[in-house]
Amino acid sequence: MEIDARGLSCPQPVIETRKVLFESVPSVSVLVDNIAAKENVSRFATAMKYDVSVTETSYGWKLDLQKQ
Amino acid sequence: MTKEKRNLLIAGTITGVVSVLLVLLGNPPNMGFCIACFYRDIAGALSLHGAAVVQYARPEIIGLMLGAFVISLAKKEFRPRGGSSPMIRFVISFFVMIGALIFLGCPFRMLLRLGGGDLNALVALAGFIAGIIAGSLLLNRGFTLGRSQQQTPLEGGAISAVFLALLIILLFIPSLLKFSTTGPGSMHAPIVISLAAGLLVGILAQRNRFCMAGGIRDIFLFRDSTLLIGSVMVLVSSLVMNLVTGHFKLGFAGQSVAHTQWLWNFLGMALVGYGSVLLGGCPLRQTILAGEGNSDSAMSVLGMVAGAAFSHNFGLASSAQGTTARGRVATIIGFVVITAIAVVIIQAKKKEAYNGN
Repeated sequence: MEIDARGLSCPQPVIETRKVLFESVPSVSVLVDNIAAKENVSRFATAMKYDVSVTETSYGWKLDLQKQ
Repeated sequence: MTKEKRNLLIAGTITGVVSVLLVLLGNPPNMGFCIACFYRDIAGALSLHGAAVVQYARPEIIGLMLGAFVISLAKKEFRPRGGSSPMIRFVISFFVMIGALIFLGCPFRMLLRLGGGDLNALVALAGFIAGIIAGSLLLNRGFTLGRSQQQTPLEGGAISAVFLALLIILLFIPSLLKFSTTGPGSMHAPIVISLAAGLLVGILAQRNRFCMAGGIRDIFLFRDSTLLIGSVMVLVSSLVMNLVTGHFKLGFAGQSVAHTQWLWNFLGMALVGYGSVLLGGCPLRQTILAGEGNSDSAMSVLGMVAGAAFSHNFGLASSAQGTTARGRVATIIGFVVITAIAVVIIQAKKKEAYNGN
């Protein structure tokens, strides 16, 4: 599953991620293109007990969230 | 403590200390920084409004934006982006400024006023939180200003170039600008110090994604206090500095550049919080993002400058004597307009999702 949060201003990437994580999915990828979004989504996912791995891409970052 | 929290703790502390130092060196009381007041003063310096007591091309603002611009370039975080409802952002920012000038301060100055013992700011903080919660609920229901797209470096850097031009005019052809001879606009630290303070805080704010609205929003949305630490440290360090230097004065009455109408302090700052959450950041954060190349935030900056000019040209801004009838009406109109925008957007989103399925 993938959430495309590119171009969304803070805090929408977090809100979109939150909607999905609240359904307790085991893993999800989030595409972001600004640093605040990358940090906010990572912080939120960590708080929700997900492991976050970050890959740099041409547009920004792909965050892979995996339930701990 | 995470590295992120530690950095915010240090940055918030430095910011609070610098803010009080600016007051000691000449800025108006509890106004080391005030993003709203300073855009208002800049509007005055450019003759966009005629309120003689609030005209000065505040170097702090120029420093904030150029600091964010330079550090984002250096750290390869300068990302020209734009095209996410620029006109709607202009309108919302316009009313954010109206709300700020009802209270007489942006969220940044609200903290500094609190740190100086001004309890009117406590009422405003309650309003600010209420506004943020209301805005967050709209975000949860699908409010969005749409996606931004990549822009050219010229588009992203244009607002910084404008403020660089303002700095050059301030330094070399000041006769083009208006300067208050009395009132808050006449009170300021030396230009070089104000500029340096702005650059420093601009760099810190860019590195730490400092946001006065974001801290409260994160607590409400997912109980995370990381961003809030920055704001708390601004408050704590300015409080300590004011106590040490004898500038702490606890109470409601007789505070500088402030009034005691609690309902309007609450509502003015509620409007600021409400609009800021929908824009994705408080006036400080908009300024920093504009420096980072976000031309949507540059539109927010222009919206705030226009809001300030209208506010003084049409007698909407409060003074130490209190609010005006026109200002109170404008505040209500602000809530109505922003809510109407949000309802239209949310309805359109719902329809889109329905048709999509």
